[in-house]
Amino acid sequence: MESGNKITDLLTKIDDNIWEIPEDYSPGMNVPGRIYLSEKLIRDLEPETLDQVANVAKLPGIQKFSMAMPDAHLGYGFPIGGVAAFDEEEGVISPGGVGFDINCGVRLLRSNLTVDEVRPKMKELTERMFEAVPSGVGSKSRLRVTDSELDDIFLHGSKWAVENGYGEKTDLEHCEGGGCIEGGDIGHISIKARKRGRPQAGTLGSGNHFLEVQYVDKIYDQEAADAFGLEEGQVSFMIHCGSRGTGHQICTDHIKTMSQASKKYGIQLPDKQLACAPAQSEEAQNYFGSMICAANYAWNNRQMITHWTRDVIADTFRSDIDELGLELVYDVAHNVAKLEEHEVDGKKKNVYVHRKGATRAFPRGHKEVPLKYRDVGQPVLIPGSMGTASYVLHGGDRSMDISFGSACHGAGRVMSRSHAKKEFQGEDIKMQLEKRGITVRSAHPAVIAEEAPGVYKSSSEVVNVVHELDIARKVAKMMPMGVIKG
Amino acid sequence: MQSTEVKYEYLEHTADAKFRAYGKTKEDAFANAAEAMFNVMINTSKVDCKHREDIIVNAPEIDELLVEWLSELLFLFEVDFLAFGEFKVENITEKDGEFELSGHACGEEIDLERHEIDTEVKAVTYNDLRVEETENGSMVQVTVDT
Repeated sequence: MESGNKITDLLTKIDDNIWEIPEDYSPGMNVPGRIYLSEKLIRDLEPETLDQVANVAKLPGIQKFSMAMPDAHLGYGFPIGGVAAFDEEEGVISPGGVGFDINCGVRLLRSNLTVDEVRPKMKELTERMFEAVPSGVGSKSRLRVTDSELDDIFLHGSKWAVENGYGEKTDLEHCEGGGCIEGGDIGHISIKARKRGRPQAGTLGSGNHFLEVQYVDKIYDQEAADAFGLEEGQVSFMIHCGSRGTGHQICTDHIKTMSQASKKYGIQLPDKQLACAPAQSEEAQNYFGSMICAANYAWNNRQMITHWTRDVIADTFRSDIDELGLELVYDVAHNVAKLEEHEVDGKKKNVYVHRKGATRAFPRGHKEVPLKYRDVGQPVLIPGSMGTASYVLHGGDRSMDISFGSACHGAGRVMSRSHAKKEFQGEDIKMQLEKRGITVRSAHPAVIAEEAPGVYKSSSEVVNVVHELDIARKVAKMMPMGVIKG
Repeated sequence: MQSTEVKYEYLEHTADAKFRAYGKTKEDAFANAAEAMFNVMINTSKVDCKHREDIIVNAPEIDELLVEWLSELLFLFEVDFLAFGEFKVENITEKDGEFELSGHACGEEIDLERHEIDTEVKAVTYNDLRVEETENGSMVQVTVDT
């Protein structure tokens, strides 16, 4: 299917930016699909993404709708940008609804530095960050944790890092769930997952992961910006990475078990990658306990990277962390499943919310929003593609109603990596970005081509959809100054 | 559609890498799938065969066996820092509803410059996974998370 018009023929427009995939789109759907897209964005959507949203709607116990955020694009199994909530008793848990990079996420560090102070030092700063934070394929940490340290990381997440000198107590308060999900179970983590985890604590990895120096270009919401400590002309730092090899292995191991479990429990799968088991079954709970460990590993990972980044900044500007105001604004997960309380059909109930390339966006007043931000709503961090704007939003008043408290997680790809590499040369892209004043440092040149700005949707268009829907409201826009890629 | 010359081909996928691999036998198609996957990550023609890794994996289904084989190679790539350039599947057998693959991969320690590191493959997915018999032998289809 070539044109966007045909896509819209398959959908029912419910309201501005809200499209429904009717239940009769495909046999076996338990609920309709809901896609949040502008008229413009819908033209970039691949028809196969609709099929993936519809497939998720076929899983047992799904609540309300199978949803996709405005950055939705084709994934493997679940679409990227997918949100699905399953009943705690009647529903399922599916590793594919979280993905291999468990708790891939983003955090934002503010500073008191201004763009004019930082600009002349960009080359030095990015070079030193690149040296300090291991990145690239197979990158290994400066630290090889012992098995018992690994257990502590699996169970306590960022808390382990902070207790071991990698950061401050306030970092935990400014992090989704305090940088840790309780209830991790190390009993179902394979030796392979441990082997992959030990050398990689505090590494960035490769692909779309990055460490970026940015400046605040525009404030949209002064009250929220004040609460988040953001102002125009200020420099900030964004870290995007996940649970590395240990997360990939935990997902790989448990999908294998889940594939058999689906058969055992008689669950018809429209796609094997959607392998799942009843939420309270042994198989599902074993996965969930292991997934929590991977999520905690990722939070610890971002915390260690934060620590090394702060050291480099303090050293480069011959100052200290307090003086430079290098505080964590927030940290969000965008590949994770969580047991949360939501209202369905007028009743409060616990559901397993799967976010596959989607970010939590809890509104003001929600008990899980840190006290400091409770009057405005949870900070929602939306990284742009390399060379384009990133956004900070706050959870909007309609997010709980529309999307199980979720928003988009990024810009969303429109071009495959292989196509991108035919279209772009890493060195050309690097030069173009440098002409625009953006320093790029990467372990492998190919990664620059495959992550070129032209392979993503416009982040501003994506962000406007969630803003207009009041899922999350714009607070600030940041522009890149320098980026470190794996 | 496939000629016997084509070992594998890449398909369009927005976010990930997807490919089909062919062979006169299932064993050959599995070996070619491994080469296709490694060529996403590195330039396999630059890898010298200095070290041989013997591999045996099991799975309850033939397509899951393919995922196991490729996942095992990914694991060795990351943990032992081994780049592979040659792949051989000696035998795929089925006994009492359990499939077993024995094979090997040949390579050397990863050299970040010489092997031309490209896209990182995170994992092998079950998405649209196929192991099929064709007129000319076997075809397998795999999507890897990148």
